[in-house]
Amino acid sequence: MDDLTPFLVLSGILFSIGAVGVLVRRNAIVVFMCVELMLNASNLAFVVFAKQHGNLEGQVAAFFVMVVAAAEVVVGLAIIMTIFRSRRSASVDAAAALRN
Amino acid sequence: MTPLLSAAEGGHSVPLVDPGAADGVLGLAWLVIALPLAGALVLLVGGRRTDRWGHLLGTATVAGSFLVGVAMFVALLGRDGGDRQVTQHLWDWISVGDFQVGMVLLYDPLSALFLLLITGVGALIHVYSIGYMAHDERRRRFFGYLNLFVAAMLMLVLAGDYLGVFLGWEGVGLASYLLIGFWQHKPSAAAAAKKAFVINRVGDIGMSLAIMLMFVTFGTTAFAGVSAAAGEAATSTMTAIGLLLLLGACGKSAQVPLQAWLLDAMEGPTPVSALIHAATMVTAGVYLVTRSNFIFENAPVAQTAVVVVACVTLLWGAVIGCAKDDIKKVLAGSTMSQIGYMMLAAGLGPAGYAFAIFHLITHGFFKANMFLGAGSVMHGTGDDVDMRHYGALRRAMPVTFLTFAMGYLAIIGFPGFSGFWSKDKIVEAAIAENYVVGAAALLGAGVTAFYMTRLMLMTFFGERRWEPGVHPHESPRVMTVPLVVLAALSVLGGVLLLGGWITDWLTPVVGPVEHHELPVPVIVITALVTLVVAVGVAVAVLLVGRSEVPRTAPTQVSLATRAARADLYGDAINEGLVVAPGRALVRGLVTVDARGVDGVVEGGSGLVGAASTVLRGAQNGFVRTYALSVLAGAVIVVLAMVAVTW
Repeated sequence: MDDLTPFLVLSGILFSIGAVGVLVRRNAIVVFMCVELMLNASNLAFVVFAKQHGNLEGQVAAFFVMVVAAAEVVVGLAIIMTIFRSRRSASVDAAAALRN
Repeated sequence: MTPLLSAAEGGHSVPLVDPGAADGVLGLAWLVIALPLAGALVLLVGGRRTDRWGHLLGTATVAGSFLVGVAMFVALLGRDGGDRQVTQHLWDWISVGDFQVGMVLLYDPLSALFLLLITGVGALIHVYSIGYMAHDERRRRFFGYLNLFVAAMLMLVLAGDYLGVFLGWEGVGLASYLLIGFWQHKPSAAAAAKKAFVINRVGDIGMSLAIMLMFVTFGTTAFAGVSAAAGEAATSTMTAIGLLLLLGACGKSAQVPLQAWLLDAMEGPTPVSALIHAATMVTAGVYLVTRSNFIFENAPVAQTAVVVVACVTLLWGAVIGCAKDDIKKVLAGSTMSQIGYMMLAAGLGPAGYAFAIFHLITHGFFKANMFLGAGSVMHGTGDDVDMRHYGALRRAMPVTFLTFAMGYLAIIGFPGFSGFWSKDKIVEAAIAENYVVGAAALLGAGVTAFYMTRLMLMTFFGERRWEPGVHPHESPRVMTVPLVVLAALSVLGGVLLLGGWITDWLTPVVGPVEHHELPVPVIVITALVTLVVAVGVAVAVLLVGRSEVPRTAPTQVSLATRAARADLYGDAINEGLVVAPGRALVRGLVTVDARGVDGVVEGGSGLVGAASTVLRGAQNGFVRTYALSVLAGAVIVVLAMVAVTW
């Protein structure tokens, strides 16, 4: 069996980039893209582990994540659109009305 | 009918024989209570509609009860001595597991006498009240309360179970409260009613604890059950029950230390004082002690306590009576003192039970007579109660004077009058028991003669000291007829003792009278009592009758007079021993509650509040901060999992 470590390292790097992006970027669209990046990093890890264990469970899980991600995009983008319409801004920090 | 325990086996105590079921006329016992109760219901619920004829209905129900009582009494007379106890089971009152309390009426020689006294004197006082309350616009309500009282009092003496007695006990307490405070627009009347109620509560606690203790010890509260088992219980238990019953009796019968309410209770209309605070309710304590003879026979300590309380009270009340200028308060002090005599006799055991009841009945006659007489005097003088404003009323109110004089001669024990026979017997029994007790009873007789003579002289003799504009006049016929009847009874009440009738009559309940050896022949004691009484009268004549009575009470008086005027500081003692410490305790509890309990609660809430203020800082509304905490949480979870796996 090939050494799959590089794939896992890649998955870790992608996840970290996504996580940092979610934490530091203000633009809701970019934050969203970073979330997608994290999801796909985990998908990659799923697939790698499925290959390593020789079964399909990890790959099935990856499909599930994709479906969920698609649904999430639909809802998430709609919310972002609504916020943008009402505030003329897509900054996540601007939507802090619940504060205090 | 076999006795559960015969007199010979049971020593002194004579438990109730297994009573037969009531039949024939005796089955009407329930009607005696139901009549006045129905009267009270109609008058109190019917409201103004019954104003016009309410007083007539109220009188009729009690008179009806009296007639039924007479019929029952005659039926009981026709039976054999051992067969004179019947019970009537009306319904199951309480039924919980093994604890069964039936609504049972017990009609025996003791309750028969009480029934006649309550309904007979009660009916006379109802008639009197028609005249006395004629100008009161709330007369109908007054009769409703009186009916309620009569019903409760009959429940008290007819119940065959301590719980039934307690029902009546509380009922008369309520009626007493309502009637003392009948003129509730007077703050003094409202306060007096409250005082009577509160002090009676103290006694009622004793009574209810005694009943609970009986249930715990015997598993029943019925007279029959308790009396059958009384001999087998531990003496300490019986002593506790006896002392608690005595506490209850002290509250209801105004005995020291729960005596303070009776003098204030005179704020009520005078017929109330006559019926409730002289003839019937205040004697409930004597009834209780006599009825519970099977308990006190097995509790010598409690019996001694009864005698001590009685001796103190009979002198206490008599001393108060000597210094009061308010005619009703003199009579109230006298009532306390006379009930002391009854309690004394009841505390002497089988030597005195019958005489306690005998004195109770004669006292019911002559004291009701004198209270109604005092009411008649007040009626004629514009509701003035100060004897210093009376004087020379014997010409203005001849009927009141003559009837009052009969009561007077009876209470001081003038030879031949009812009080002579009954008090003499008690003094005899007291001397036979103990010289100190005998001396107290003897002294009390002398003091009684003094204050009653003083009352007579200040009210009916001497110079006119009437208030300007007051023209004393004789009361209407509706008031004087009851006076005449009661006066006749005061004179003739002694016939109950003829041939030892009353002692024989009560034997099935309290056992035969025990005769103790007297140090001297009976005639000597009788002479001694009469001599002491004569001295009391003579002193009063010398002190009061010879000189002018000042219209205002002198202020330069001896310490003893001052103490007696202040009810021997009964209120001050209560204030110092109970009210002030109670208030201090309550204040302490309030402080503990405010500082301690509230402190803990408010400290807890303050802590939570402060913690949430700190935690609220985390909720800054920035999505990215939340994302960071989610990430941090996830990292911690992962690290924890890794740590656990390794």
